[in-house]
Amino acid sequence: MIPEIGHFALILALAVALLQGSLPMIGAARGRAAWMALAEPAALLQLVFVLTAFLALMHAYVTSDFTVANVAQNSNSKLPLLYKISGTWGNHEGSMLLWILILAVFGAAVALFGSNLPAPLRARVLSVQSWIAIGFLAFSLFTSNPFARMFPPPPDGADLNPLLQDPGLAFHPPMLYLGYVGFSMAFSFAIAALIEGRVDAAWARWVRPWTLAAWCFLTGGIALGSWWAYYELGWGGWWFWDPVENVSFMPWLLGTALLHSAIVVEKRDALKTWTVLLAILTFSLSLIGTFIVRSGLLTSVHAFATDPERGVFILVLLCLTIGGSLMLFAIRAPALKGGGLFAPISRESGLVLNNLLLAVACATVFLGTMYPLFAEAFGYKATVGAPYFNLTFVPIMTPLIAIMALGPMLSWKRADLAGVLGRMKAALAAAVAATLLALYLSGGPVGPALGMGLAAWLFIGALSEWAGRIKLLRVHPSESWRRALTLPRSAHGMTLAHAGMAVAIVGIVGSASWKVEEILIMRPGDSVAVAGYDYRLEGVNRVQGPNYVSDMAQITVTRDGRPVTVQRPERRLYTVQQMPTTEAAIHTTGLADLYTAIGDPDGRGGHTVRVFYEPLVPWIWAGSILMMLGGAVSLSDRRLRIGAPRRTCPAPNTGTAAAKA
Amino acid sequence: MKRKHRRLVLILGGMAVLSAAVALVLVAFQETVTFFYSPSEIQAKAPPAERAFRLGGLVEEGSVRKAADGLTVAFRVTDLSASVPVTYRGILPDLFREGQGVVTEGRMGADGTFVADEVLAKHDENYMPREVADALKKSGQWKGADAKE
Repeated sequence: MIPEIGHFALILALAVALLQGSLPMIGAARGRAAWMALAEPAALLQLVFVLTAFLALMHAYVTSDFTVANVAQNSNSKLPLLYKISGTWGNHEGSMLLWILILAVFGAAVALFGSNLPAPLRARVLSVQSWIAIGFLAFSLFTSNPFARMFPPPPDGADLNPLLQDPGLAFHPPMLYLGYVGFSMAFSFAIAALIEGRVDAAWARWVRPWTLAAWCFLTGGIALGSWWAYYELGWGGWWFWDPVENVSFMPWLLGTALLHSAIVVEKRDALKTWTVLLAILTFSLSLIGTFIVRSGLLTSVHAFATDPERGVFILVLLCLTIGGSLMLFAIRAPALKGGGLFAPISRESGLVLNNLLLAVACATVFLGTMYPLFAEAFGYKATVGAPYFNLTFVPIMTPLIAIMALGPMLSWKRADLAGVLGRMKAALAAAVAATLLALYLSGGPVGPALGMGLAAWLFIGALSEWAGRIKLLRVHPSESWRRALTLPRSAHGMTLAHAGMAVAIVGIVGSASWKVEEILIMRPGDSVAVAGYDYRLEGVNRVQGPNYVSDMAQITVTRDGRPVTVQRPERRLYTVQQMPTTEAAIHTTGLADLYTAIGDPDGRGGHTVRVFYEPLVPWIWAGSILMMLGGAVSLSDRRLRIGAPRRTCPAPNTGTAAAKA
Repeated sequence: MKRKHRRLVLILGGMAVLSAAVALVLVAFQETVTFFYSPSEIQAKAPPAERAFRLGGLVEEGSVRKAADGLTVAFRVTDLSASVPVTYRGILPDLFREGQGVVTEGRMGADGTFVADEVLAKHDENYMPREVADALKKSGQWKGADAKE
C-alpha cells in the first residue's frame, strides 16, 4: 500500500510541476499577480509530494519490502540499518528520486526565503525550476519507476553492492547531488534573467548565495568521494582522473568561476553575459555529470550500475535543456549589454583571468574525458588517462594559483600592481623558504618543491590580505580585533577558502610526488620497512561480520623500535553477492598516512600485503574542509542574507525575509 | 585608454591563454593517447612495441596462474576467437575473475606477452566495459548479454 502511495504522490508531483511550470510564467509575461503567486504554494506542494514518495521508498527499504522490485534487487534483510537507509539512493531509480527531492527542496527554499525577490522574477525562477522537475519526474515515472512491484517476491533481497556499504559512500551521493542540483538555482535565475532581459547587481546578489551553497556541497561531495576511493579501494590513490570523478570536477571548476564572476556583476555591473552563460554551462555540466557515466557511454573504473537502455531519454533531456537554454542565450544575451569599465590591471581583470583559466581548465578536462567518444566518431578506440590530465591541467592551474594570491589585493577599476607586489614580500619569502625546505627534505626534483613554494605563496598571500584589512601588527591588537569583528563575513570566508586551497595543494603535490609503495608476500612474523616505519604482520584471523566474513590482518607498526600503531586491514567477502572488498587500514600522523591493505592468501600461509607511505594526504581533506568552511562563513554574511539592494520598487518585507533566512 | 582598447587588451589576453591551452591539449593528446585493442586485432597486426595501449576482453577460464613469488599473476585475455597472454605484478582488483570482462593497460613484451601495469576493475559485476562488449561483438562471440538484468 505504501509504495502505491509513493507512486501516486510522484504522479501528483508531476501534475503540480506542470502547473507551476506554466501558469506563473504566463502570469509574469502578462502581469497577472494571482497567476504569479501560484508559484510559491505549488513549489511547497511539490516538495510535499516528492518527499512523500521518497519516504515511501525509504520505508520499503527499511522494512525490507521485497515485493518492491527495486528493494529486492538492492537490499537484503541482513543489511545494517544505515545501509538500508542509504540503499534508498544506492541505485539508479532511488538516486533519481533523491535528485528530484533535492530539486524540490531548492524550489521550496526559493518560495520560502525569496519573498524579497520581485514577483515576476520569483515566478519565472520557480517556473524554470519546475521545467527541470518535469523532465526528471517524467524520466523517473516513465523509465525508472522505483515503486514497481515484483511477483512473486523473492525470499530475500539481492543485497546492496558491498562497495556501497560504507559510511563515506552512504553520504557521498546526497552531498554531490546537493551540489549538482544546487547549480540548478543559478541556472533558473539565468534563464529567468534572459527571459526578463535584465541582469543587474540585485540579480547577482540573489544568485551568489545559491551558487555558493551548491559549491560548498559539491566541494564536500567530491572530497567525500575521493576519500572513499582512497580508503575503500585499497589502491592507495585518491584521484584517478576517471570519468566519474571528472564529471563531478567539471561543474566544480565552472561553478568556482561562476562564484567569482557573479561578484563582478554585483559590484561592478560588468561580465553579465558571461556570468549568465557560466550559470547555464555549470548546470549543463551537472546534468552531464549525473548522466554520462550512468549511460554507459564512457568506461569508468568506478561506475556502478549502468543502463544504456534509458540512454535515449537521457539524451533527449540533455539536448532539450542544454540546447534550449543555449539557444535562448544566443537570442537574448545581446539585450544584456552594459557594464563598468576597468583597466587591464584591476580586480576585475584578475577575476576575468580567474574565469578564463578555470574555464580553460574545465575545457581540457572535458576534452580528455570525452576523448573516447571523439575517437570513436573517427573510427578508432582510444582513451587518455592521468598523464594527459597532468600534462594539461597542472600548467593551467599554476598561473591561476599564482594570481589567486594577488587578486584580492587588487582594487576595483584600476589597481597599482607595484603596490600590491610590495605587500607580497612576506608571501614571496615564504614561497622561497618552502621551496628550499622541500628541496632539502626530499632531496628530489625541483617540480614538487616549486609546488610547495606556490602553496606557501598562496597561503601567506591570502593571510597577508586578511592581515592588511584588519591592520594586524600595525595598530593596537584590540583595534585589529575590532576591525576583524566588523569585517564582512564574506571577507573572512574568502581568506579561509583560499588558505584551504593552499593546504589542499600541499597535500596534492606531496602525495603525488613523494609516495612510497611496497607490495610483497608476508607470512605471520615477517617484517618490512617502508619510509622509516617497520611493519610486522602478526597474523590473519577470520572474523564474522553482520553480512560478510572477513580476513583481518594484524600489523604492528614501529619506528626505531617504539610502537606507533596496530593496523587491521581487512579483506571481506560479502556472502549474498559473493563479492570481495578491501578495507584498508590507515593511521595518520598528520603529516602522512601509514596505509596498509591485504590481498589474497597465496595458499602457502602468506598474504599479499600492500604498504603505502602517503605523505601529506590528510592535508587534502583538511584543505577541502577549510574551503567548505570558508564557503559556509561567507554564506552567513549578513549582506547575502538580506539579499539585495533594491530594484526599482522597494520590497515591503525585506526585514522579515532577513529574519527568516 | 578607451573602451575599445581595453576590450582589445582583454580579448588579446584571452586569445593568448586559449591558444596556449589548445597547443598544450594537442601535444598532450599526441603524447598520452592510449589505443584500445582486442586480442583478435593484436593477432592480426602486432601493435608498436614502444607504446602503451589497452587490451581488453574476458579473462580466459582456467588461465590464471600465480608465479612463484606470489605477486606476479599470469592470465590470458580472450575475445573467444583469439587470446593474448598477460602478466601483472601486484594486487588484482577485487572483482577480477575468470570469465569476467577486464581491461588491462601496459606494453607488449618481446616474447608476445602483454606486460600490464594496470588492471582495471569494475565496481559492479554486471558491468561489462563497452570496449570489451564491442570486441566480443566484433569477434562474433557476443552472447547477447545486452539483457544484463
